[in-house]
Amino acid sequence: MDLFEYQGRDLFERHGLPVLGGGVAETPQEARAIAERLGGKVVVKAQVKVGGRGKAGGVKLADGADEAEARATDILGMDIKGHTVHKVMLAETADIKEEYYFSYLLDRANRTFLCIASVAGGMEIETVAEEQPDKVAKIAIDAVKGVDEAVAREIVTAAQFPAEVSEQIVEIAQKLWQAFVAEDATLVEVNPLAKVGDGRVLLLDAKITLDENAGFRHPDHEALVDQSAVDPLEQAAKEKNLNYVKLDGEVGIIGNGAGLVMSTLDVVAYAGEAHGGVKPANFLDIGGGASAQVMANGLEIVLGDPSVKSVFVNVFGGITACDEVANGIIQALALLGERGETVSKPLVVRLDGNNAEAGRAILDSANNPLVERVDTMDGAAERAAELAAAGK
Amino acid sequence: MAIWLTKDSKVIVQGMTGSEGSKHTRRMLAAGTNVVGGVNPRKAGTTVDFDGTALPVFASVAEAIKETGADVSVIFVPPAFTKAAVLEAIDAEIPLAVVITEGVPVQDSAAFWAHNIAQGEKTRIIGPNCPGIASPGASNAGIIPADITPAGRIGLVSKSGTLTYQLMYELRDFGFSTCVGIGGDPIIGTTHIDALKAFQDDPDTDAIVMIGEIGGDAEERAAEFIKANVTKPVVGYIAGFTAPPGKTMGHAGAIISGSAGTADAKKEALEAAGVKVGKTPSETARLMREVMS
Repeated sequence: MDLFEYQGRDLFERHGLPVLGGGVAETPQEARAIAERLGGKVVVKAQVKVGGRGKAGGVKLADGADEAEARATDILGMDIKGHTVHKVMLAETADIKEEYYFSYLLDRANRTFLCIASVAGGMEIETVAEEQPDKVAKIAIDAVKGVDEAVAREIVTAAQFPAEVSEQIVEIAQKLWQAFVAEDATLVEVNPLAKVGDGRVLLLDAKITLDENAGFRHPDHEALVDQSAVDPLEQAAKEKNLNYVKLDGEVGIIGNGAGLVMSTLDVVAYAGEAHGGVKPANFLDIGGGASAQVMANGLEIVLGDPSVKSVFVNVFGGITACDEVANGIIQALALLGERGETVSKPLVVRLDGNNAEAGRAILDSANNPLVERVDTMDGAAERAAELAAAGK
Repeated sequence: MAIWLTKDSKVIVQGMTGSEGSKHTRRMLAAGTNVVGGVNPRKAGTTVDFDGTALPVFASVAEAIKETGADVSVIFVPPAFTKAAVLEAIDAEIPLAVVITEGVPVQDSAAFWAHNIAQGEKTRIIGPNCPGIASPGASNAGIIPADITPAGRIGLVSKSGTLTYQLMYELRDFGFSTCVGIGGDPIIGTTHIDALKAFQDDPDTDAIVMIGEIGGDAEERAAEFIKANVTKPVVGYIAGFTAPPGKTMGHAGAIISGSAGTADAKKEALEAAGVKVGKTPSETARLMREVMS
């Protein structure tokens, strides 16, 4: 889960890291109130989870509450690279003397964490890495030992931070690591980490990603979810413990296993090229069990998407036997009928693996006009794409 | 012979008394796996009956090893307790720990991996979030269905469970030496490269299927390894060509970040290393048929 900047600022503040005073507003009136509380000059920043907001006009200075309200009016509702601005953060301004870069992130390749630090901050670190590679320090962090004072000093030396800020950064590096661990983050990026006029080093931006797998030990993280960005179908699926991602095509997809479902999306997209460019409408992994109940829940979500014109149920019977899956599909359709849902979209079902023959026989004898059986994954994808194109 | 798991492997199950653990212990036994016991400190000293096979429950992995000579542990404990279970397995120096659990926080996986390195890497870790490892006809450690394919001379390594089963099924007339599901998490113990190396060195493996998916650069690094070190034919498959960036597709590690981790980049890297990459699972199976016939 990616956080907004204001959530990151709050998180830093909670962990004792030096940040500027600020607050978040959803209306110009709220922005005014925050500006009054902060006093003097403030910066009004669009809260979007995408880079380049400054260039898009999403960051403005304001002198006093009137101006803050006006700038908030301008920025709220703006579109930045497809992201609508629903919130602005107001923060105190700082007299920035120098801008640095500092981050901790997951290093998948080395199965550990990495610190990236640079004295050239304020711009994209990828650009710095390309143009001035000697100014980007990368230090592997041992996941057990973490960042103690010695490691923090190693980072400061490697990144060649100026002597007058080194003690502050040694402190910040340790506290930031503690926050990274305490919150189960997979990324904390501070850009810029800035030296201001009075000599203090402050964290002036925050890009944070939290590990959703660690949610069980962070009940407070649930409140950080951006409800305005949650797709209603994804929300409904989550409530039913289904792994669903909304996509923008017409062929509904239900399968078992993340890899097989990803593969199904690809095969349907290839097949769709010959059928008016129809594409997969979603990712839905119903997992290993695939009981009638789970199948019914999955079908309900997929059929609840108005852009779906056909559904491809792609199951490989591994642990689950295909006859159980076939019964599940038939019962699921009956169950949906009982729930008062009218099912009118065609289903293409491919069953393979454990007890596939028995499963196919069950589908045949059920003789449901909406259910069509195709025995290969490629063939079934082709048929589902064809039906979706016809239903458009 | 097979890699890492043979008919002589003695398997214990951490979490054997839980619902998933007991279900799959029964299946592993039915597949002919030499399961010798389980670990649960609260039920130590008791035995659990699995259709006539009474398996002892030990207080710790170390005790289980001492009493039974176990050399493989399959871990079925919930995410919140997985780190402790793996650390215990590492400290007991079990040669192979297979972590089935899905949903393990990545900091926990990083921590047990770092601990394993600090202890001299005496334990091979497979997973987390994986289906395990199966050497058909010999032994089965995890949840891979044992009856999909008989033994044969193809080796398989994959990030995905059901895609593994699909390929095993399509190529069941050839059979497999060992199938390794390495898991779909961002940090995993055993990598594609580890399995490729073992298959290259295994006299009973003639060709290798490698299945990858979006996220990270493990496939790209595997491609470099293949180019430099693997002389046996490798056929590849990558899932997630049409996955949108920034969305996690089921597996915690299956996410395109910015422009990194795309299926196209992985396919290109593999093809540049001389690997034939199938467009679909069935085409991948066909490519392997051509190699084997």
